[in-house]
Amino acid sequence: MLASPGLASTSVSRGRALRIAGVVLLALVIAFPIVWVLFIASKTTFGPAVDDPKDFLITLLNGVTAAALYFIVASGFTLIFGLMRVVNMAHGAFFLLGGYIALELQRDLVPGADSALGISSAQVSFINWFLPLLAAGLIVGGVGLLMQQAFLRWNQGQELRQALITIAISIIAADQMLAHFGGVAKDISWPRTFDKFLDLQVADVQYTLTRLVILGVGLLIGGALWFWLKRTRSGMVIRAGVDDRDMVSALGVNIQLTFAIAFFIGSALAGIGGVMGGSFASLAPGVDGLWLLNSLVVVIIGGMGSLGGAAVGALLLGLTTNFAAAYLPADYTFYSIIFTFVLLAVVLAIRPLGLFGRPA
Amino acid sequence: MSAAASSRLTTNRVAGGLLVGLALLAPLIVSDYWVATLLTQTMFLGIVAASLIFLSAYGGMVSLAQVAIYGIAGFALGNLTTTGNTKGLNLGWDPVLGIVVAIAIAVAVAFVFGALASRSYGIYFLMITLVFSVIANLFFGQVTSVSGFGGISGIPIPDFFNRTAHSDRLYFATLFVAALVYLGLRYVARTPFGLTLQGIRDDPVRMRSLGYRVTLHRLLAFGFAGFVAALAGILFVWWNAQIAPSTIDLTATIDVLLIAVIGGMFRLEGAWIGALVFVLINNYAQDVGFVSDRFHTLIGVIFLIIVLVSPDGLVGLWDRTVARLRGSSGPGEGSEEGGSAGIVPAGERGPSTLTGS
Repeated sequence: MLASPGLASTSVSRGRALRIAGVVLLALVIAFPIVWVLFIASKTTFGPAVDDPKDFLITLLNGVTAAALYFIVASGFTLIFGLMRVVNMAHGAFFLLGGYIALELQRDLVPGADSALGISSAQVSFINWFLPLLAAGLIVGGVGLLMQQAFLRWNQGQELRQALITIAISIIAADQMLAHFGGVAKDISWPRTFDKFLDLQVADVQYTLTRLVILGVGLLIGGALWFWLKRTRSGMVIRAGVDDRDMVSALGVNIQLTFAIAFFIGSALAGIGGVMGGSFASLAPGVDGLWLLNSLVVVIIGGMGSLGGAAVGALLLGLTTNFAAAYLPADYTFYSIIFTFVLLAVVLAIRPLGLFGRPA
Repeated sequence: MSAAASSRLTTNRVAGGLLVGLALLAPLIVSDYWVATLLTQTMFLGIVAASLIFLSAYGGMVSLAQVAIYGIAGFALGNLTTTGNTKGLNLGWDPVLGIVVAIAIAVAVAFVFGALASRSYGIYFLMITLVFSVIANLFFGQVTSVSGFGGISGIPIPDFFNRTAHSDRLYFATLFVAALVYLGLRYVARTPFGLTLQGIRDDPVRMRSLGYRVTLHRLLAFGFAGFVAALAGILFVWWNAQIAPSTIDLTATIDVLLIAVIGGMFRLEGAWIGALVFVLINNYAQDVGFVSDRFHTLIGVIFLIIVLVSPDGLVGLWDRTVARLRGSSGPGEGSEEGGSAGIVPAGERGPSTLTGS
């Protein structure tokens, strides 16, 4: 009943009409939000961008800086997946773990810190923020490596089983973090060097430096990953491993060592992201699930295993969430979550493997 | 070998018959609390897990969106039938009409989810459906006009099924629906549609070149499983009289996956066995001294052990034990469904001999 008996010529022309309709619909879906934000934006808090360039610029910067943080976290996720086909469902838990480790270290480092009230950024020097960041990255990277060696290595090639193992570990990790750090939201303090506003000299925008720092770190990490993967020998091995790990292994490369390095760095990026996220927002139970969602959405949009895809996916998600929250009519701002779904739906409808995805 | 296989089948029949008998007689054997709370919960959680196992075992699709669809049916019922004093639209419809429309809404959403996800396979499918599930949870948490953070309470339940007055009526209703779902899913799996679905599970490329509409079959299977999950959502609301976003959060999504994994991802029976084990652990683990508040750590450890030791869950363990007792030549020998998926997606079991240490 459901088998199609060959292609008739009518179905070809029907397919073409459908295709044109699809392109028109897509153009509308892309064009309408842009026109709305720039010229209409009725009943919103800011009004159209042509009348209020300042708030438009701030929203744009918010979107881009949020995208930088999405990218930091998701690039680790996509690195691990691209090479090993492991979907690390514990990535969100690693994010939270990194944040909590840095938080504890910062409280130990800052003299006279009152652990009950938190630390004001005036007390925090750059080193008191950067050392915890580094330590969190290294420790979480180590935890990820341990998980890979202990549980994932001997299940290679069994994608679903590996995903289930990481889900189990994320449940345990989330519960243990709740036990040790409690259910109250806590945040890491920015160093006093960053905690100020910067005059951008454009449209009177005073923009917080901390968000620009996140953007800078995101660009730095993106650049470093790009250099590593494209310009060094170990990066070359990784790219070859993404394409055909059996062949690479047959050529005498120690692919297991490469896997271990990639898993360490991928997890470390989650930890570093957690420190940035914990400084920028806060750390609490449930944050892990939210960041797993962010990473998943970014890599589904961008295409699994593609670094450039992660960057584009992060940018699209960052802009969509921030503009939806700012430019929906005031009575409807609660619906901004739908736009994440719409973004995902549009991308999946056009490219089931994501914008830069390739078949495995 | 066929003699061994058929006698194993008989053992399974006897065991299954015993379980059904016990389920029917349960109100005579165990306390009201067990019937009205634990066993009723087992039945509707088993139905959601069965919809997941159906998709996974026969379609090769591990869907984490089943809990979202179950929740959407529940929220829809709440919005349609409440008359005030709670969040939501409070439309005050007749409960029967409300149920029909709520199920229709949930199935419609299932088709939208399915249309977007059914072109993806394996682990991509799992990730996409997980994202749908989390977005559904956030949607009901944020959109105050249909629910908001605290959810909908005081959803009217037909007096006949009130579980405080009659502990066993709702239980028998859920048992009845569970039996229908079990038989229905088994039946569908044996129809030409179900057989095609299993062909697609094993080799989508070959099925497509044979002229089957692969994506359409996967979409229809997903919609059907969505209908099953929606039934469980209605039963949940009847049982609980309220529903909140936390009912369908990430933990709940993973709980249902866990139920399927405990029971066994390749056989429908596993859904209710897994659900019973989960409900019992859920209910009694907190009383055990060293567990108390760290209940989820225990759950996680159990999950990990099962995935590592017996990937086909308790049903798989049972099969292997029976096979060993009968002295047949090792586990997996008479695997009835042609070795369907289990935890390894069909496409992954190809000649990937070079991987691993």
